[in-house]
Amino acid sequence: MDELMTTNDRVQYIVIKVGGEQYGIDIKYIDNIVRMQHITRVPKVQSYLKGVINLRGEVIPVMSIRGKMGYEEVENTKDTRIIIIKLEQHGTVGVIVDEVKEVVTLSEDDVEHFTYDAKQEEKNMYLQGVGKYNEQLISLLELNAVLSEKDL
Amino acid sequence: MDVSQYLEIFLDESKEHLQNLNTQILELEKDSENMDTINEIFRAAHSLKGMAGTMGYKRMQNLTHDMENVFSEVRNNNIKVNSEIIDVVFQCLDALDEYISNIQSSADEGENENTAIIERLNAILNGKSGGGEAAPKEEAAPAEEAPKVEAPEAAAKAPAVNLKLAEEQVHVLSEAIKQGKKVYFFDVKVQDSCILKAARAFLVFKAVEELGEIAVSDPSAQDIEDERFETNFTLIIISDAELDKIQTAITSVSEIEKADGKLLSEADLTGGGAEAAEAEAPAEEAPKETKSATTTAPAPAKAAAPAKDEKKAGKPVVNRTVRVDIEKLDVLMNLVSELIIAKNSLVSAAGQDHSQTSSFNEQIEYLESVTTNLHESVMKVRMVPIESVVNKFPRMIRDLSKKLDKKMELYMSGEETELDRTVVDEIGDPLMHLLRNSADHGLESAEVRKQRGKPEMGSIFLDAYQDGNNVVIEVRDDGNGIDVEAVKNKAIERGTISAEQAATMSDKEIIDLLFLPSFSTAKQITDVSGRGVGLDVVKSKIESLSGEVEVKSKLGEGSTWTIRLPLTLAIIQALMVCIGDEKYAISLGSIQTIEDVKASEIKYVQAKEVINLRGAVIPLIRLSEVLDAPTNKTKDDDMVVVIVKKGDKLAGLVVDELIGQQEIVIKSMGKYINKCKVISGATILGDGEVALIVDANACF
Repeated sequence: MDELMTTNDRVQYIVIKVGGEQYGIDIKYIDNIVRMQHITRVPKVQSYLKGVINLRGEVIPVMSIRGKMGYEEVENTKDTRIIIIKLEQHGTVGVIVDEVKEVVTLSEDDVEHFTYDAKQEEKNMYLQGVGKYNEQLISLLELNAVLSEKDL
Repeated sequence: MDVSQYLEIFLDESKEHLQNLNTQILELEKDSENMDTINEIFRAAHSLKGMAGTMGYKRMQNLTHDMENVFSEVRNNNIKVNSEIIDVVFQCLDALDEYISNIQSSADEGENENTAIIERLNAILNGKSGGGEAAPKEEAAPAEEAPKVEAPEAAAKAPAVNLKLAEEQVHVLSEAIKQGKKVYFFDVKVQDSCILKAARAFLVFKAVEELGEIAVSDPSAQDIEDERFETNFTLIIISDAELDKIQTAITSVSEIEKADGKLLSEADLTGGGAEAAEAEAPAEEAPKETKSATTTAPAPAKAAAPAKDEKKAGKPVVNRTVRVDIEKLDVLMNLVSELIIAKNSLVSAAGQDHSQTSSFNEQIEYLESVTTNLHESVMKVRMVPIESVVNKFPRMIRDLSKKLDKKMELYMSGEETELDRTVVDEIGDPLMHLLRNSADHGLESAEVRKQRGKPEMGSIFLDAYQDGNNVVIEVRDDGNGIDVEAVKNKAIERGTISAEQAATMSDKEIIDLLFLPSFSTAKQITDVSGRGVGLDVVKSKIESLSGEVEVKSKLGEGSTWTIRLPLTLAIIQALMVCIGDEKYAISLGSIQTIEDVKASEIKYVQAKEVINLRGAVIPLIRLSEVLDAPTNKTKDDDMVVVIVKKGDKLAGLVVDELIGQQEIVIKSMGKYINKCKVISGATILGDGEVALIVDANACF
């Protein structure tokens, strides 16, 4: 596996489930995955921003990927997780997902990147491409778009 | 030895000296005869020169050197202080300031030789009334030349001043003399630029030991080996060789600047040169200052003591301080924050469990008082007087006075008021801006002032004081005040507001327009102020420090700018309140009182809810509405109202329930959430939950 990690064209993704679909998040942006916990609501913010949590003494904003991507909000289950993502541009942000499934390694060949045109389509605006893994399709998230302020 | 490690200390200290010089010279301008001031200036200039020299900043050293020469003459009453000298010296200080900021940014002093200033300084030196021609030569360069010129003479008296001989050492030396050996005293100076001082000293020791025996060295051989000396060390050598031979041996070691030697007689050893030492002290004073670390610490021969005391008395008392990197303090502060959070969770755990013994509670209370004290102490460490910032203002006002050709005087009070270091660092620019504003826009020219029956000399006041959990800084002038009509017309002309809007606005609202970006009413743009980048920057800066700025003005009588800043930024006392199931914190600093109000007491003014509290009409703000929080109460229930104040305005915040007072640690919410204005931050409660902090000031 070490060998796989070091080569450039192989990227590890964490596979999450949102509304029955599988999405992949590049593992290098992920700081931590925590269970659902009490979220303090923050008034007068976008509806997908659920509030803030206490992550080991730091106050971290939390957003719902369902809210952001236009899925219906659901009750939390025992599988609900908050993925803590660190991005230069946005700082540390928690993203609520339905379930975290596994870690997969995709090589460049397994990934079909969207062209510029494809990205213009609304359903693809948060994706950078689609990966094939064991006959399954995993939509790879473009985190900067997911976290950016722009609303649907 | 690499000087770069001393760079920071050098910068800090030279800034201090420079500030001191600025202050003292302003002092001198008022009272040109004050000997204490002149001495203080001379000392500061001298230290500055020494430091620049040690660090190898030659241009800076040269400039300071010439400035020092002028003051040396002033001190000797050969030159009278006049406004020309003051002006040149101020220019000189500015040039030095430039050197220092160059050094700060690039560790290099830059290329500017400042020859013009040096020439003017020299012109002052040469132009002075005759009679003292011989004196300047001797006095001009105390550090470098004095020892050389006076070498034979100085050496004769030096042992009594510089060497402390124990009785047995005196005995050994006298014995040696009696046995017909020669005892020499040597003062060896290593070049300032020398990097391996200890190694050079070692070579000197070796060279000398070939010719004779080193009986005494000062500092001790061990200290010299560890490089615990400045540039000089002294030796007493017992030898059969001639003085010249030893001297040549020492000076042949490279990077040894000079070695002054002298044959000692028995009388020298027993301390016969008492009077001589005293007489010598003033001339020796200058060079000694640089090496005072080595010479003043252990008590020298008795004879020298009075001279030393005199020197000490003249110096201001220096505080015993340690310089600490602000980052280390931040770490400490963060740890204290964590500790307080942990303490809070213990308190809440104890509250839930009723089975515990009273001693457990006692211990928690004890812990509480310890953490509170710890927090206060760490806070205090971070506090510095605003003096360091406001000290430069008298000088600035003096320069402005000349530049704008207006007579003005700055009166300051409360310089000792303390603020968090981070705040003090940021507050300088806004204050400077307000002062410039007062000087440029506020104060009228002397003629206008005369016509209006005001004293020709305009006054600007800078007052700082503590008010509860805030520090208030006021900038006040007795000038023209703000012309509300002019501001209004300007705003309409610029399209900031419409004429109809203007008609309904109060004077205060119109004055507040001044804080909008790119708004300047100065009819003429000067390089002092009036470019329209100003008050908005002041306001945003102050607000970024969680402070606020207000202005009151009366046309014809002057204006007052009030800056209000919180004492601390990290940990505050807060009132915890409930709205529905949500908990919020309100800073205790802004809370006036807490009232129970019956629903029937609500009155309406312009369809807004108000209450009449002891004669004051106070608008009600329902936090549940502001925060979109579901409340458990209906409009008919009695209310808990937290009365908050902002400046002299009051407002009543309606909450569901009070929880209690708590020390909270303010945490940033990150840049991802664009929190609404009413929320100023978040904090972590004892049970690990996050509570938001309501900024009462933003509710108005």
